[in-house]
Amino acid sequence: MKLLYKTAARNILRNSRRSLMTGSAVAAGAIAMLLFGGFVLYIFSGLETINVQRVGHLSVFRNGYFLFGSGNPAAYGIDDYKRVMQLIAQDELIRPRLNVLTPTQSLVGIAGNFSDGNEASKTFLGVGVIPSARDRMRQWDEHSTGNTFKPDHRLSDEDETRGLIGVGMARILGLCGPLELRACPPAPARTGDTPQARPREDLVGLAQLDATVATGEPTAPHLELLGATAGGAPNVVSLSVAGAESQGVRELDDNYIAMHLGLAQQLVYGRGEHKVTGIVLQLHRTEDLPVVRTRLQKLIADNHLDLEVRDFLDLSPFYVQVRAMFGAIFIFIALVMGVIVLFAVVNTMTMNVMERINEIGTIRAMGVRRGGVRMQFILEGALIGAIGASVGALFAFGVAALVNYAGLTWIPPGNSSPTPFKVDVLNHPLLVASTWIVLTMVAMAAAVIPANRAARLSVVDALRHV
Amino acid sequence: MVPVGTVRFAFMVPNSTGDDAMSPLALPLATTTNTRAVRLDDAAKTYRTGDVEVPALRGISIDIPYHRFSMVIGASGSGKSTLLNLIGCIDTPTRGTVEVCGEAVGELDDDGLADFRARNIGFIFQTFSLVPVLSAYENVEYPLVLVGTPEAERRRRTNEVLDAVGLSAHANRRPNELSGGQRQRVAIARALVKAPQIVLADEPTANLDSETGAAIIELMHRVQTQSRTTFVFATHDPQLMSAADEIFVIRDGMLIEHRHPGSRQ
Repeated sequence: MKLLYKTAARNILRNSRRSLMTGSAVAAGAIAMLLFGGFVLYIFSGLETINVQRVGHLSVFRNGYFLFGSGNPAAYGIDDYKRVMQLIAQDELIRPRLNVLTPTQSLVGIAGNFSDGNEASKTFLGVGVIPSARDRMRQWDEHSTGNTFKPDHRLSDEDETRGLIGVGMARILGLCGPLELRACPPAPARTGDTPQARPREDLVGLAQLDATVATGEPTAPHLELLGATAGGAPNVVSLSVAGAESQGVRELDDNYIAMHLGLAQQLVYGRGEHKVTGIVLQLHRTEDLPVVRTRLQKLIADNHLDLEVRDFLDLSPFYVQVRAMFGAIFIFIALVMGVIVLFAVVNTMTMNVMERINEIGTIRAMGVRRGGVRMQFILEGALIGAIGASVGALFAFGVAALVNYAGLTWIPPGNSSPTPFKVDVLNHPLLVASTWIVLTMVAMAAAVIPANRAARLSVVDALRHV
Repeated sequence: MVPVGTVRFAFMVPNSTGDDAMSPLALPLATTTNTRAVRLDDAAKTYRTGDVEVPALRGISIDIPYHRFSMVIGASGSGKSTLLNLIGCIDTPTRGTVEVCGEAVGELDDDGLADFRARNIGFIFQTFSLVPVLSAYENVEYPLVLVGTPEAERRRRTNEVLDAVGLSAHANRRPNELSGGQRQRVAIARALVKAPQIVLADEPTANLDSETGAAIIELMHRVQTQSRTTFVFATHDPQLMSAADEIFVIRDGMLIEHRHPGSRQ
């Protein structure tokens, strides 16, 4: 075998220019696959981070909420949710894996801005959170993407009246000025009263009464939130708008309100039992998700709870779609590169065989079997592939380091703020190894046809060949 | 202690330090149990080119004893090389039988023939046919690798044979760094290193000038005498013919004469 490797290696150097060109094709394939793969994996890490920061790894809902609850969240509240949280928090398998355990309340309703002569209102999708838990969740960065958030003091555990809204909602409700938002145009001047613009006195009165009772003299912009309680009665709360932040997706941005859990519960449940629509678990590591999910399901079953468990992939179909799309693009690029490498190696090895027919006859006469000749050329193809892929990997490391050093940023789909543009190759040894193996195997496979041709040569004909 | 299959002779051959300097020759000794190295019985070979059949051998029956310096001579196209190909087990007859070293080679499959060649037959080609990416040493060592000789034994035998053909100093050179005569000496060393029963040489001096050719003939003759390997040549070279124990004359694919110019046992 040593002689076989030695001969193969030296034959590669025999026509160094041809081998260089072929090796370059393999290296180019490796560079393309690794850089794109590294970029894609970084995107995956970034999207996973964003989603886990938003919705955690796992959410516990009342059965049916995930499929039917978004239209009427109040009807799917979890009874005695604090006991359920306690059950989860005290579980010995889950506890060490748990980073954040927090309740959330989803809600829908109508938000209105009736202050300072405004009469704007629109439907909203709201979420009630524990602000400190939200801050901790937004610190999660298992993959070291650098995409974390500083604690958001606009929301506070102590002040239940504060909330954040989407920039789109601020624009629609005429809050761009009071919130001093940039790139947020004011509403066009009204040309006259229309049926839609008439003040809704009942709503305005309720809101003013509620605002006075709840907050005394408001200083920040306020929104009046009208919703239906779980019992079906109308209810109004006043939200002190502490700020606005873009949600990335326009539909969400135009409808989004985040508020303190207490305020959300007050609106949805009124004086009744305060429930939540979800209990969110954020883990230290994503790889623990299956274990914790299984454990949660067991806990639910053992305690006869009417609950279900969903992971962040269920809650973020966009993330799954982006993964699938980039995965398909990566496979397409890999296929194109594989075909290029295949043809380059086939061409080179065919020429090598043609040039070495007499040599093939000689070694066959000396007693090398057909399989030995075949192995010789396949090994040469594999070596070209291996060397090309190794050199390509080194280049890819260098280019990735340069790109990462440049500190580029971009706004990924569904995101509202710039995130670092990175090509994460070194942290994904599986990508490097699989690219190397695939390209080497392709080069090896490409050598099979010429190698078979060499092995099938008649010894006499090969020796006669000039 | 001399290993089995190896014999040391006091003959002097050109050594690695220069063509004039001499060193003791140590060569592997071919050992046999039969008396007949080659037997062809009505062996015929016909090549087909499209619809045209071209008979290269028309039914030859010959016996070649062991330990002889035998020549096959004839004009170009007479069938010399085809006969050597049959003896060398790199071609099969279309009719008749070929027996080499007591083995009916027609019964062997392709891998069996390859293994048989690796063990029993050494080749010396007109164009030297060395593996260009291997050094002289590695070219000579190659046949030993094929038969699985242990590394230490390979090293010893390769060095001995290279020394015997006077190329120790050039052991690390590639074929393109050697002269024609040196290349043919490497080829001879390669053919002999595994102590084959038979060495087949197809016009081994055709690409050499007369002086170098004479030196090569002298070397092969000496080697044959010492190692008692059976040499079978196909040649036009009168110098080579003068050294022959037996001469088979081929014309139009048929044996027309069998001479014994100088029988040596």
